[in-house]
Amino acid sequence: MEKFVELQGVGKSFDSRKGRFVALRDVNLTIRQGEFVSLIGHSGCGKSTVLNIVAGLYDPSAGIALCGGREIDGPGPERAVVFQNHSLLPWLTCYGNIYLAVEKVFGQRESKAQLKARTEAALALVNLSPARDKYPHEVSGGMKQRVGIARALAMEPKVLLMDEPFGALDALTRANLQDELVKIVEATQATVVMVTHDVDEAVLLSDRIVMMTNGPAATVGEILEVKLPRPRERLALANDSAYHGYRSAVLEFLYQKHLRPAA
Amino acid sequence: MQAIKHEASVVSGTEGKTVEQKLPARAAFKRRFPSLESADTSPVVRLLVQAIKAVVPPLLGLALLAMVWAVVAKSSGGSLPGPMSTWESAKLLFADPFYQNGPNDQGVGWNILNSLGRVGVGFGLAALVGIPAGFILGRFAFVSAMFAPVISLLRPVSPLAWLPIGLLVFKAASPASIWVIFISSVWPMILNTAAGVRAVPQDYLNVARVLRLSEFKVFTTILFPSVLPHVLTGVRLSIGVAWLVIVAAEMLTGGVGIGFWVWDEWNNLNVEHIIIAIFIVGLVGLLLEQALILLARRFSFGQGV
Ligand SMILES: Nc1ncnc2c1ncn2[C@@H]1O[C@H](COP(=O)(O)OP(=O)(O)OP(=O)(O)O)[C@@H](O)[C@H]1O
Ligand SMILES: [Mg+2]
Repeated sequence: MEKFVELQGVGKSFDSRKGRFVALRDVNLTIRQGEFVSLIGHSGCGKSTVLNIVAGLYDPSAGIALCGGREIDGPGPERAVVFQNHSLLPWLTCYGNIYLAVEKVFGQRESKAQLKARTEAALALVNLSPARDKYPHEVSGGMKQRVGIARALAMEPKVLLMDEPFGALDALTRANLQDELVKIVEATQATVVMVTHDVDEAVLLSDRIVMMTNGPAATVGEILEVKLPRPRERLALANDSAYHGYRSAVLEFLYQKHLRPAA
Repeated sequence: MQAIKHEASVVSGTEGKTVEQKLPARAAFKRRFPSLESADTSPVVRLLVQAIKAVVPPLLGLALLAMVWAVVAKSSGGSLPGPMSTWESAKLLFADPFYQNGPNDQGVGWNILNSLGRVGVGFGLAALVGIPAGFILGRFAFVSAMFAPVISLLRPVSPLAWLPIGLLVFKAASPASIWVIFISSVWPMILNTAAGVRAVPQDYLNVARVLRLSEFKVFTTILFPSVLPHVLTGVRLSIGVAWLVIVAAEMLTGGVGIGFWVWDEWNNLNVEHIIIAIFIVGLVGLLLEQALILLARRFSFGQGV
């Protein structure tokens, strides 16, 4: 498989009242088509910023960001985003939020009934059919996050960008959705970039784990290739020494080499 | 499970305590009348208690007002009518609110409707101009910077200072008071709408960008619903101002309207009617405000306005 998403010497700085803040410096990363990559690092190091650059929501201040061989020029539905803070529109129901995306992506080609079916399917996927007609402020934080995931998945994107998609979920729901995600990704061959804080999640889901150094001027510290065979069974992995090897490699990076200086 | 249970009991325990501490009177009340609040009271009784709790304090307040009024009236030696004589006069007045004896002697109902009509027109024009202007000012920093000094200069001007300009331009009383309503209610609508547009969360706009929604769709599905609560706040403030101003404007311009009616009754030295007018103006203002609060709540989508 060939390279699909490419960051070459990407830097990002923000201008604020106190002056220029360099968030990222010289980030180089190549992601193959169909690959599942996790970004891990301490809070505030710049994971969301990397994701937003791939999404096209931020322009890099230096370097170049490519997708499918072309420079990323603004966001688009082929690179769907699951936002860190779910970003549902409060005046649309759970159904309405997903339908908005489905209509935009498939509205030209498909009938109303097909769009409706897609939306219903996305809701069912995250077990939210009963909350179909509820407004975001009427459902729990985890449910909102699931609607956000359903919205992105329903768009059938080439690249799925997820910013801590399972952060607000309880362990059980989290495990279920992780399994669903793996199935969907396998079926759609989507390329996935996921930001996470959870080491187990990163090892379980990823083909590669990108570990970022602490900011300011954060960059890619190490990249860990996870060569566990798929499908991965979370129960079997609990006793797998290779799994624990990967796990401790990530932990070592985070807590020994790049321990966050006490703030 | 154990932990959850434990936590729950702790929480309810502290809650109960603070309630008792904060409201000792209520605790004492409970002790004395356990039947009123205990769990086995029927829902009917509980509803009744709730209704009494909701109704009694406002009624007491109104009764206090009437009492103070009666005392002041009595000590004024008859120059200020008391509640009872005003009530009698109101009964007569509202027995036939819609009579017409020529242009300068019409029922109080017509006067109210005329004033509301003027407020409606002036206010409607202000909305027509102010809300789109607010959207433009909120969306384009340049336009906003351009008009900022103009707005800052004109906004603090007392609405009545605009009346002579209106009379000069329109050469008639009614359009002049509509003009005053317009100019006084347009500012809150412009400023609140613009603030609302600036406050549209970037997250929502990011969703629009990822979906590549058209400008039209961005307006209808994101900007408009997001700004609507702010617009309604502006509308609510404006209508309050408009209703305040109309009485004063009509006093100066004459014609048929509640403000002119007050002035007329002052010339007739019918103080009862002036007091009734005060109540009418207050009541209508209250109703307008409440209607808009209900509307705003309907469109707040849990964003807490
Ligand atoms: N729009 C912005 N303007 C100014 N500074 C920003 C902006 N966005 C991010 N930053 C800064 O860039 C740095 C990286 O932010 P980013 O959101 O990418 O971190 P993160 O790794 O996603 O953190 P977390 O795990 O807490 O979500 C932070 O120091 C942050 O303060
Ligand atoms: Mg982040």
